[in-house]
Amino acid sequence: MKIAVASGKGGTGKTLVAANLASVLSKDVSTTLVDCDVEEPNLHLFFPSPVTTADVTVPMPVFDPEACNHCGKCAEFCRYGAISVLPNRILFFPELCHSCGGCMLVCPNGAIREEPVRIGIVTTSHPSNRLTLVTGILDEGQSHATPIIRAAKEMGGSSDLIVFDAAPGTTCSVVETVTDCDACILVTESTPFGLHDLSLAYEVMKLLNVPSGVVINRSDGEDAEVLAFCRSHGLSVLLTIPFDRGIAAVQNRGELISRKDRAWEEMFAELYARCRTLVGVHE
Amino acid sequence: MRICITSQGETLEAPVEERFGRAPYFIFVESETGSFEAIENPFARGAGGVGPKAAQFIINHNVGILISGMVGGNAREVLEAAGIAMFTSRSAGTVKAALEQLKGNILERSEQQ
Amino acid sequence: MIRLAVVSGKGGTGKTVITSALSQMLPNYYLLADCDVDAANLGLLLAPKRIHREPFHGMNTAVIDPDLCTLCGKCSEFCRFRAVDHNKEGFSISNIRCEGCGVCAFVCPEGAISFTSRIAGEIFLSDSTAGPLVDAMLVPGAGNSGLLVHEVKKIALAQDRKWNIFLVDGPPGIGCPLISTLTGVDAVLIVTEPSISGLHDLKRVVKVAMNYTTQISIVINRYDIDESMTELISEWCSDKGFPLIGKIPFDPWIIDSVRNCRPVTRIDTAPGARAIQEMADVLYRSVGVK
Repeated sequence: MKIAVASGKGGTGKTLVAANLASVLSKDVSTTLVDCDVEEPNLHLFFPSPVTTADVTVPMPVFDPEACNHCGKCAEFCRYGAISVLPNRILFFPELCHSCGGCMLVCPNGAIREEPVRIGIVTTSHPSNRLTLVTGILDEGQSHATPIIRAAKEMGGSSDLIVFDAAPGTTCSVVETVTDCDACILVTESTPFGLHDLSLAYEVMKLLNVPSGVVINRSDGEDAEVLAFCRSHGLSVLLTIPFDRGIAAVQNRGELISRKDRAWEEMFAELYARCRTLVGVHE
Repeated sequence: MRICITSQGETLEAPVEERFGRAPYFIFVESETGSFEAIENPFARGAGGVGPKAAQFIINHNVGILISGMVGGNAREVLEAAGIAMFTSRSAGTVKAALEQLKGNILERSEQQ
Repeated sequence: MIRLAVVSGKGGTGKTVITSALSQMLPNYYLLADCDVDAANLGLLLAPKRIHREPFHGMNTAVIDPDLCTLCGKCSEFCRFRAVDHNKEGFSISNIRCEGCGVCAFVCPEGAISFTSRIAGEIFLSDSTAGPLVDAMLVPGAGNSGLLVHEVKKIALAQDRKWNIFLVDGPPGIGCPLISTLTGVDAVLIVTEPSISGLHDLKRVVKVAMNYTTQISIVINRYDIDESMTELISEWCSDKGFPLIGKIPFDPWIIDSVRNCRPVTRIDTAPGARAIQEMADVLYRSVGVK
């Protein structure tokens, strides 16, 4: 079973939910937790343990000045403007390149080959005997997160139980993370921002056809609007976590509330049970 | 010497366009004869990399001088590498006025944004 | 005009609340842009009246003509984005995965693939309580958020240049939308929070920001939630030479303002509002405003 944890708005508590869920599940079942928030991955802070590292590379063109006759076909083909062909040189903008391989295909002189360029890493660790943590990390200054997310998901392999922590937002990083998941937990907060962004995140889930449920975090009891939204869109509320400075303190220090408090351990086990129902309902 | 001016319309009376990559029209003028042609910018509605593509386009038209408003980083790099002089025309108003300012040497060189 | 971006690294630290508060400090001073295009929230606090909207075109997407397709599968073989779906009806392109590169059309022996443009979002120009605001909405699931940020900024900058400060509410993260936000910026304010994630993400976003400007200031929001963590962040800032220009206390009054879609304004005496005001004074002095 593959469960993604996402939200529209940042800072709602995805990491709290993903970390505690995986921790509780791994007590009984072999579980993999994949950090797909590759721009700002945080799960490793909650599960410190030695890692093995693998580079993530993408292919980028290299131009052979001897074979190139400046015909300009590569520049004409490239839809991203990553190549400019001048009478005496070629200019290449790596940050615009999408690694599609097209320039190499269209060059009539075989003047373009590809070289792997590192854009980040994927690390793997085993914080406990049934828990594997895979973390994707984008190199600072690089802009394409999706290849790292893809590599992290691949490293996560085909464990029976995988939890994916997505980046905040609603675009390509989130789409890449949630694709092929059986269910998605949308974490929100009871503020106009939280609700606004939840509705956007929900649209993505509909597009991807992934059944989802909602976790309301930092609830102060004033959840009427979020609850109304969930009701009118047929979204179940899987768990409500109250606003509590004690909880925040544990989380902020990089610790897990499910380890500190038996009651929370049970709540996250219940969260998983409700996810299973979610998937069952849509099967 | 061929001059390119980014324009909002197809005639010399049209206002100069501030943006380079997404300019609606490029007006090419032969400085010796004064003859000109207006070409619709094929990249105006493009999604990405529009700057470098527009730069490549005017390079392919053998332009020596560009008059525009804002020229972004990547396009600027390409134009500089191709040896095209860049001028900015904020106060000129129309294409015609900008050309006159160029002739009178009072146009500003375009600076990195 | 001074270009100031408010960013965070980690999401949820309070960028938007602080940006809205900054925008209330001086009357008629600001040009505003919300570059958190995935989840634009600044407008929720500034009561914008839309005066202009335009579509944002994302990358073109490929389309396979089923009448010409011979099911050879070359498109699928060459596509690097796994955007070619194969089911019993034949081959089709997944819009959500297609990056519009054109390779499939190039390799198709039957010429069965063409491209259509698609609208990936919308950009809005509004009059807000703080000044003109440009923000955008991305179609959920669409890519090109970096590009959209770029367009939002361009439209804002094409406005009349009499504004003193171009104030930008940035996105979380360090990827293309953040990089697009920081291009051409004069000063950056990083909003962080006293947590282990907050400090970790602060370090990463600082590293990226340093490529764009040396004027980097840091503010800790909700600092009293964990004063020992605040101390750690404070030490790191001082160690690395980045000015920590403010510490905003957790203030339920701020939550109340957000709930009621109101920016935190300077006339308020609530502790959170006062701390933001003091921070703004330091910030504006450092970038040469007033």
